[in-house]
This record gives sequence, structure tokens and C-alpha cells, in this order.
Amino acid sequence: MLSREANKINWMARYLERTENTARIINVNTHLLLDLPKRVRLGWEPIIDITSQRGHFYSLYEEADENSVVRFMVTDMRNPDSMLSTLNMARENARTTRDIIPREVWEQVNTLYLNSKANARSVTTQRHRYDYLRSIITGVQTVSGMLAGTMTHDEGYEFLRLGRNLERADMTTRIVDVRSASLLPDMSEDLSPFENLQWVSVLKSLTAYQMYRRQVRQRIRRQDVLKFLFQEERFPRSFYHGLCQANSCLNNLPRSEKTLKLLAKLQKNLLDAKLEGFDQGKLHEFIDELQLGIIKINNSIDETYF
Amino acid sequence: MTIRWGSYKVKNLYDEMLRASGRPRPAALALSNYLRSLKDSEIEEYKIGAESAIHVMGVTFTVYTEEEGSIDRAWPFDIIPRIIDKKEWQHVEAGLKQRVQALNLFIDDLYHKQRIVKDKIFPAELLEDSKNFRPECVGANPPLGIWAHICGSDLVRDKDGTFYVLEDNLRVPSGVSYMLENRQVMKRLFPEMFEQYNILPVDDYPSQLYDTLAALSPRPGDQPEIVVLTPGIYNSAYFEHAYLAQQMGAELVEGSDLTVDKNDVVYMRTIEGPARVDVIYRRVDDLFLDPEVFDPESTLGVPGLMRAWKAGNVALANAPGAGVADDKVVYAFVPDMIKYYLDQDAILPNVPTYKCVNKQERQYVVEHIHEMVVKPANESGGYGMLIGPQASKKECEKFVRLIRRDPRNYVAQPMLTLSTAPTLVGNRVEPRHLDLRPFILSGEQTVVTTGGLTRVALRKGSTVVNSSQGGGSKDTWVVDMEAL
Repeated sequence: MLSREANKINWMARYLERTENTARIINVNTHLLLDLPKRVRLGWEPIIDITSQRGHFYSLYEEADENSVVRFMVTDMRNPDSMLSTLNMARENARTTRDIIPREVWEQVNTLYLNSKANARSVTTQRHRYDYLRSIITGVQTVSGMLAGTMTHDEGYEFLRLGRNLERADMTTRIVDVRSASLLPDMSEDLSPFENLQWVSVLKSLTAYQMYRRQVRQRIRRQDVLKFLFQEERFPRSFYHGLCQANSCLNNLPRSEKTLKLLAKLQKNLLDAKLEGFDQGKLHEFIDELQLGIIKINNSIDETYF
Repeated sequence: MTIRWGSYKVKNLYDEMLRASGRPRPAALALSNYLRSLKDSEIEEYKIGAESAIHVMGVTFTVYTEEEGSIDRAWPFDIIPRIIDKKEWQHVEAGLKQRVQALNLFIDDLYHKQRIVKDKIFPAELLEDSKNFRPECVGANPPLGIWAHICGSDLVRDKDGTFYVLEDNLRVPSGVSYMLENRQVMKRLFPEMFEQYNILPVDDYPSQLYDTLAALSPRPGDQPEIVVLTPGIYNSAYFEHAYLAQQMGAELVEGSDLTVDKNDVVYMRTIEGPARVDVIYRRVDDLFLDPEVFDPESTLGVPGLMRAWKAGNVALANAPGAGVADDKVVYAFVPDMIKYYLDQDAILPNVPTYKCVNKQERQYVVEHIHEMVVKPANESGGYGMLIGPQASKKECEKFVRLIRRDPRNYVAQPMLTLSTAPTLVGNRVEPRHLDLRPFILSGEQTVVTTGGLTRVALRKGSTVVNSSQGGGSKDTWVVDMEAL
């Protein structure tokens, strides 16, 4: 497979994943804010922080109110991480790898972009926002399903999974990092109802709530949430799961020894960490480490293949 | 209000569907009845259906404008197909095969002994200032002696319905993907119509192209590595490059993906390291192919590619230099070539063509400039043309000056009255002019597409069918009336 095309497929998957994640985050935030008392409302600024776009945002908007942030994150083409931007990039990568991906996948990605663009207005009102974002999430999931069901699971497919999983793992760290920073550093006591709500929102941003409940069967506790989101092997949006998937992709690709070593190191660091003992500062440091690990892996993939 | 054929007038020209009497041609009878049975709402529904299918399928072409740079536009498509009887088509098909065979012999001759020049059939001075003759290719021996593996010839019908060849595109002819996609759209839209006719399929083309290319591999026996070389996503035909690569299961490469090593072997950069390339279906013009030999500034090509080709380590389709026969002046000599090389009369006629390089013919053109279509020898896409009957006095005078300054570069043809076919305008049908571009593959066998790409001038009265200038297209049905 051509290096250039492997690179594009990898990015197509990353952009699609990023689009879906952004949709989830915005949906959950909209609902979370409705539940919180007005005095502790956290507002919309954390959403910008999740994508590290604070500086860029304030160069374009005065205030981080709902309208501005939603516009910035969903429809503003000046923001390279807005959903329409990332969808457009995914489409562009799909368009230029049309010879590799199944035709119906290209058509689905193309339709997804065209529809999302045509209906972009509906995201501004809270009432229609949910349906709009929901349809994008479903659209991205449809692409994944089609790829799994119709594309030969060859190297191209491995690059696709690799991109998707590393992007997902990275996003998990970002959501936890930003969301936990605004919580009180309560270690083990039962949380006040509102903090509880926020941990629920973290789980929901990662569609992890239901699965968490099924598995943990206790009330929401910080340490259990962290463990679930970072170290649970079987939950598809946990950090560790992403690494395991990347590991299996790399094992199916040629010349992957160097990257596999980096990956093994990161996996070990992750599993060795005693998350329940981490305070907010320590957690933040740890997350930085994980993100750096992901960057190193991505760089190594870049050097080896593209 | 539905489609009424009563208000559709055919006067002094050939219409693809109706005779002058207003009655449908036999092959078009079922279609015209079907169209008449459609309600307005159904027509509207089909039109929207076609548009959204094209949008979703991402069938686009790229247009350059000075203000906006390049933009991707959806492919304009008319849902009423053009119908050709299989019997008539077989005649055209034979004519095209004959023509391309002669053209290939001509090109091979020019790069070797030049017998046709020595025998004074083709003037030496035309060869000397041909823009597309590549001295670098003299003596080269492409596999099977074939230079133009893929040819797209433009056909038009005049008043009496005779098919004429308007030009032959031997460099990097495009459009075949639209032919294939048009059929896909029609099948999604009008399955009922396919029940009523015996329409010959077109979708074998990618396999035939693959076979044609595979036969050129310098390493017979092994499964050849075939690639499609594209100038990249800003090229107007990028859609087609990607489409054909996908349909053939070939890699779609850009120049920067390829390298030539010191043994003159071509490799592409893959995730497993370099992989050898056997056949390149190149959609990059000659002059950009290899900066070592041609334009040194070119970043679209591959340094050393010509070395590899001449050494026989890689096959290029079309072969570099094939464009020498893709020239509106050379065109005028094709009937002579057919006679010279094959000792046959041309089955398909040329449009009568005046060569401005010839003094008497030039004089005639200058005197009748208002009746003529004047074409520069080496432009494509309808650029740089004069359509005398529609041009202002000033434009005509400008062309007289251009012709006098550089006569070799111009030919002129009498204005033909192109045939028309019913085309949807709003919810009514109106006649619009059209042409036809079939594609001819030459390899171990010669194969012609079933029909080809029908291009329509969507503007009323216009005869310019190029998509870059307001043209659209129709599906082309070659129907077997005897099988019904």
C-alpha cells in the first residue's frame, strides 16, 4: 500500500473520530447545564479547553457563551477542530483515497458532510441540537460499520483502526483532564449531588455511563470512574482499550517493532499507576505523560510509514 | 402538464429521437411513450433523484476560474437518454477500430522510418514544426508497437444523420468515468426503462482497460503492478483518475510516490518500502512526465521515467509522443493514412477540413471566415476557437490575423449542424445539440466502448459541449432492437 494513501486513511479515521467526540461532548454539556444550579454553572469554556483552542477562540469571539462556543465548535470553518472542519477534512481524505475505501463508504462520508453542512443552523437552538448531533454521531458510526462489514481487513484497514483508536485514547485523556479540574478534590467520600452529576457527565461524554453502571454496580466514585476510563481493557473508549487495539493493528503491519516498543512502555506505565491515590495535580501530570506517550507513538508511525 | 411531443419541432437537422415528421425513430418509440406517460411530479422527482445521486456519489469535475481558483462542481446530467440502434453502432465501431489502427501505425512510422513522409503523403514541414512530436521518442519500441492505447474520438452527426469524426484525442483523453457513472445513475433512477429495452451494458470498460494495460507489462507471467499516475487533486479530471484506479484495483499515484533507481527501474513508496511498478497509466501530459528530459520545473512527473521506459522496464500508456497524431492538422490526413497503411477507404468520414498551411485552402478560409469554425491545432476543451457564424466582425478579423501569422497552427471546417436530442428544460423538453465521445482501447485486441459519453450543450442553440463551458451529459443507450 502507498505510504501517502496509508497516511490519508489514517487521518480520515482520526477526523471522523474527532467529529463524533465533539458531538458527544456538546450534547452532554447542553444537558449537564440544564441540571446544575445557576450559581455553580461551569458554562461552556471547558469545551474550548478540551481541544486546546482557547487562544484561537478569544481571537474570534468576545465571550465564551453558549452561542459562541457552539458555533465555534460546530460550524465555524475558521476553527480547524470544528465539526464541519473535521468532517470536511475526513471527506477530503476519503475523496482522495476513493480507490481504496469501498464506494459506499465514500458516499456515506460525502452525504454526512453535505447534510451536516446543509442543516448546520439547527445546532444553534437547544431543541434541535440534540437531533442534529445525534444524526452526526450515527452517521460516523455508520461509516465504521460499513468499513468493518465491507472493506477487506488489510493494511489499509489497520491504519484506519490505528488512527481511530489513538485519536479516541487521546480524547479520553482530554475530557477527563478538563472535566476533573473543575471538581473538588474529594478523594473517597461520597460526592455532593452536583459533583456526582459532573462525573456522570464525564462518563456520558464518553458513552461510558451505562457500561460503567453495569460493571461497577456502585454509586459513582471518582476513583472507580478514573479506573474505568483509563485502565478497563474491555470498554471501547477507555484509554487502555485504545492502546490494546493499536497494539493489535501494529502487529498486523510490517516494520512495526520500534512503535510496538513505545506502546508497550506506555501500557506498562498506565497499568502500574495507582490512580486512587492521585490528587488533582498528580492526575494532571499523569495525563500529560499519557498524552506525551501518544505523541511519541504517532511520531514513530509517521516516521516508519508515511 | 406532461411532456408533449407535439410542441417539439425538428427542422433542418437530425434529431436523435424524432424524425422530421414528428414521429419517433423505431429505436426511440418505447422511450418517447414512456416519457409521455410521466406526470409532472414524477419528472420533478426523477430530476431531483438524479441530482442527489450525483451529489452523493460525488461525481464532480473541477473548473478553473481566475477569480476563484479551482472549484469542484457536480456533473450536469440530463435524465433523458440518447438512443442508438445497435446496427448503426456496429458500423461506427468498425470505423473507429480502423481509424485507431491507422493512427497507431502512423505514430510508429513517424518515430522510425518515416515512410509516409518519404512517400510524400504527409508533408515533412508539418512534422518539423509539430508541437507534439517528441524527438526523445525516436527509435523507441513500445510493447506490441502500439503508442495510443487509449483513444477518445469525438463524433458528431450532421443534418442528414451521418456520423463524422471531429477529432481524435490521443494524449490523455478523459470522460469515460462519466460514461460509466451516468449509467449507474440511470439504473438507480429508471429501472423500469431498462425492462423495456435491451440496452447493451457499458460496465466492462474497467476490466478491458486493465487487460489492455496488463498486456504491456515488461514482466509477463507475474501479476503486474499497474498504477494510475495523476497530477493530483486539482486536476480537472481527478475524479476520473481515482475512479479508474478504484475500478481496476490499481494504485493511484502522484509523481512524488514514484522513484527510478540507477538500474532504470521504477518503484513506488509503500508502507513496506519500495515496490516495483510495471505499467503506468499516466494521466500527466508528456511535457511534465520527466523533468530530466522535458520541463525541468515539473513536479508532477518522475525524474528518470523516460530512461526506464526506453529501457523497457516500465510501460507507459499512452506512450510518450503519441500526441503527435492528436493535432487538428494531422487529423486532416487521417483518411490518407488509412489508405496508405491499410489500403482501405475510411469507414467513418472526416469533417471536411481546410488546412491553413496550404495557400489555396487558407485563401478560401479567409474569404469565408464567417461560415467557418476555426480551430487551433493543439488546444482542447473548446478553448481558442472561432465559431464564424456566431462571431462578431472584430473576432473574425482577429482570427484572420492569427491565421496569417501562424498558418500551421490553424484548420477550419464548415459549420456543421449538430444533431439534437430532447433535453429537459424545466419540466418541458427542448432540443439541444450534442456530440459523442467513444473510447477505443488498443492492445492485443482493439475494443470500443458501447456507445460512449454523450455531451450536450445545455444552452439553447449552443454547440459547445465541453463541461468547462456549460455542457452537460446524457446516458447513451446502444439498444439491440432485434433481441426484443
